[in-house]
Amino acid sequence: MSTLLEVTDLHVEFRTRDGIAKAVDGVSYAVQAGQTLAVLGESGSGKSVTAQAVMGILDSPPGRITAGRIAFHGQDLLTMPERERRAVRGARMAMIFQDALSALNPVLSVGHQLAEMFTTHRGTSRKDARAKAVELMDRVRIPAARQRAGDFPHQFSGGMRQRVMIAMAIALEPELVIADEPTTALDVTVQAQVMDLLAELQREMDMGLILITHDLGVVADVADHIAVMYAGRIVETAPVHRIYAAPAHPYTKGLLESIPRLDRKGRELYAIKGLPPSPHHVPPGCAFNPRCPLARDRCRTEQPPLYEVAAGRTSACHYWHECLHGTRDSGTPEGAGR
Amino acid sequence: MPEPSSAQNPGEAVGNAGAGGTMDLAATEAETLVPGRGGEPDPGDRPRSLWSDAWHDLRRNPVFVISALIIVFLVVIAIWPQSIASGNPLACDINKSQDGPAPGHPFGYDTQGCDVYTRTVHGARASITVGVCATAGAALLGGLLGALAGFFGGWWDALLSRISDVFFGIPIILGGLVFLSVVTSTTVWPVVGFIVLLGWPQIARIARGSVLTAKQNDYVLAARALGAGSTRILLRHILPNAVAPVIVVATIALGTYISLEATLSFLGVGLRPPTVSWGIDISSASTQIRDAPHMLLWPAGALSVTVLAFIMLGDAVRDALDPKLR
Amino acid sequence: MSHPTPAPQVDGSPPPSHEPVLEVRGLVKHFPLTQGIVFRRQIGAVKAVDGVDFRLHRGETLGIVGESGCGKSTVARLLMNLERPTAGQVLYKGEDITRLSGRALKAVRRNIQMVFQDPYTSLNPRMTVGDIIGEPFEIHPEVAPKGDRARRVRELLDVVGLSPEYINRYPHQFSGGQRQRIGIARGLALNPEIIICDEPVSALDVSVQAQVINLMERLQAEFGLAYLFIAHDLSVVRHISDRVAVMYLGRVVELGDDREIYEHATHPYTQALLSAVPVPDPAARADRDRIILTGDVPSPAAVPSGCRFRTRCFKARDRCAREEPLLTVPEPFRDRSTPAGHPSACLFAAERGTGEGNGASST
Repeated sequence: MSTLLEVTDLHVEFRTRDGIAKAVDGVSYAVQAGQTLAVLGESGSGKSVTAQAVMGILDSPPGRITAGRIAFHGQDLLTMPERERRAVRGARMAMIFQDALSALNPVLSVGHQLAEMFTTHRGTSRKDARAKAVELMDRVRIPAARQRAGDFPHQFSGGMRQRVMIAMAIALEPELVIADEPTTALDVTVQAQVMDLLAELQREMDMGLILITHDLGVVADVADHIAVMYAGRIVETAPVHRIYAAPAHPYTKGLLESIPRLDRKGRELYAIKGLPPSPHHVPPGCAFNPRCPLARDRCRTEQPPLYEVAAGRTSACHYWHECLHGTRDSGTPEGAGR
Repeated sequence: MPEPSSAQNPGEAVGNAGAGGTMDLAATEAETLVPGRGGEPDPGDRPRSLWSDAWHDLRRNPVFVISALIIVFLVVIAIWPQSIASGNPLACDINKSQDGPAPGHPFGYDTQGCDVYTRTVHGARASITVGVCATAGAALLGGLLGALAGFFGGWWDALLSRISDVFFGIPIILGGLVFLSVVTSTTVWPVVGFIVLLGWPQIARIARGSVLTAKQNDYVLAARALGAGSTRILLRHILPNAVAPVIVVATIALGTYISLEATLSFLGVGLRPPTVSWGIDISSASTQIRDAPHMLLWPAGALSVTVLAFIMLGDAVRDALDPKLR
Repeated sequence: MSHPTPAPQVDGSPPPSHEPVLEVRGLVKHFPLTQGIVFRRQIGAVKAVDGVDFRLHRGETLGIVGESGCGKSTVARLLMNLERPTAGQVLYKGEDITRLSGRALKAVRRNIQMVFQDPYTSLNPRMTVGDIIGEPFEIHPEVAPKGDRARRVRELLDVVGLSPEYINRYPHQFSGGQRQRIGIARGLALNPEIIICDEPVSALDVSVQAQVINLMERLQAEFGLAYLFIAHDLSVVRHISDRVAVMYLGRVVELGDDREIYEHATHPYTQALLSAVPVPDPAARADRDRIILTGDVPSPAAVPSGCRFRTRCFKARDRCAREEPLLTVPEPFRDRSTPAGHPSACLFAAERGTGEGNGASST
């Protein structure tokens, strides 16, 4: 298994009229070929900005990468000349967006847009490209592909449009696909169809997949590895089956506890108190400390590094062992804050 | 609100929450709530309405400051032209026809031998009066009709749209030549009337559109669900949210109305002598442009600066009011 | 047992009384599709809601789930009298509110309030929080005397867990979750008996979602509210609801208490919907038995004949195209006392794995 993508200590800032916002503040992660990394976080956690920086489609200005390294097959994309980078983008790594309707060009037929991938990147003749476009639409299981190739994006349903987006992303058989909330706008039954398709294509093509989402359910279904982001930082990384069984960061734990589940019916849900911080005013120390049930003085001053919790597992919590093992050093008994 | 420094307690809950249930109690409702906790931009220590936010932005926008200063200056000289040009714009000395600048007459003289400086300063009154009155008229008429059309819809909307289409269809210069050539008055009012007549449909369209947009918001539904009547919904919920685009368009229109007045005066159907107007001066200077370009330069420059100032102001206001940035 | 019997209660929640506060009978809303500008003629209709019946009891939560376009939001608007139904009745304590207007309607509105999905468009950005929450009192001055209103508004803010000091702030100064609390406070102002919640937590982040759900449950217990809780998130609906109605293309296809629907669903659509919900447990990944439906929801302007679900159904047979299934307790379960014995609009209703519904394409 080879490391496809390695992001190291990435920093992204946004200059807005309220000052400088550190949208991404030292994020590192790696994706292996054929593996799915889920980046989990709430709105404003920096998960999409990181992906945009990796793809090289960050809106800049106002966004700016201030530090870090994004290595694709060991080559740093950030120092690469734009021309070479463009050859990577689209062909070797591709992106799937949440809102397929706005990501597709409304005035060009779907077949044309798919064919364009081949004519521009591969110099395929128009006729061949057209045939390949239909083939692709078949591959993502759009019924009656030949007839529908001439249709425009708005003539497709939400689920079908997302398939078109997927077709576009996999057109040139990329090694890495970044899917930014690919099913958030879709109904559950359609979401299941689309996630199934993605998983199958990934298996067939041995792609690396970065799945950006806020949905803990989707993550559990498809991911191999997970990185949880909070306020522009990664707070926990782990193999997926480990994290659900025993989270090592209080934020992850809180998220998992707050999902309505069968055994919690009729009881109050656990709610993480307070609100996520604005990127303009990230609390000092651990960014999660004002909302954290474990927080103490050290958390308010000292920013926790990513501690190695177990092989392949890290947590950015000074007191991860308490979170993970449910023990604590200075045991005062009882005290749920009720 | 217990500080999380009392975290010694809630910490316990997490500590043994392996089974998943014990943590339910860790955060009480009251704790969850206090805004500003956890660093979300604190709602601030003062109420900030969208208008006060917009004003806050505008004051820091150089485009707004510059254009506002120009406009204030123009309004002042429109009201008190004597304050900076004490001469009589109609007192002319034909012997000085087309003379260049002289001491006390920095802009030179026009064909009639009138002082260009005095005439340019006094010309502001006509332009500003026409601009302000025509805009006020068009905004009131267009705003009212457009808002009603957007709010009530149906046949009222259809009728109004057709009428405004008719007015849109009138070519403005041709209309001016036909309509105003039969007028003999030398006051500004026929011109103002004509501009209002042709200008209101544009504002009506904007008003209708923004009322339609505001109408779709859930807060309008919420008010209806509470049992609010049409008047309350229109006055409390729709108009305050629909007025911003109308203000922006009206500000920009003000600039174009001033240049329209100049155009009509240039063509001889707008303002007429003895009214002092930039358009008239531009018209009379245009024939002599080779011999005495200074005659054209000053009134045309004043006109351009004025129009630009209003258009820039409109742009700045639009940026400040754009709800998408909030 | 042909009628939807009131649900047996599950752990701990107070048993709702059996008297319905709201009863919906044969509710239909068709939006005409017209052509032509001057001479309009109707060329069809979008059948957004096409014959819906249910009851809502005092103090109970009825969840309505379904995918986009199933008509659940239109139902909410019809119940709020924001749209007039094409046919059918909405009975509030026996009185048909769809025929009311003017003063009588206004009086009924005091008792039925609504919480909206989008906390960003449901609050007027030009009004202060105090004005927003106080507006119900201005519209219904009989509820609170003028001098008392500011105090009531502060109280309401406190009830939904916001500091009463925020009375002069504007909505854009708050986050999504806080705005939703403001919307809830406005809904509570008139002491309603029923609150219709149209996707109240869908726009919120996971961690904030739990706060708002807890608040709503607390308020229900405190004020004895009945909720009609509309959502597409099946786990949220299960958590908060006593009974659940599943909608598909303008109809309720299955109705029952939460155990009946979530563990003993007999309608293939409900089964597919439930199996498609991602479970936040990777250990369950291997033995998931998912039904992947084919195709998309048909347009409500062209509803299939017979059973509306047949075009996507894995059980569909010829009979489904001819015969329209009714929402009743299916024949095989009628005389047995089993959790599967709840209303389900399927000609071949059966629980999953009982062999009766062969051909389920499981993955």
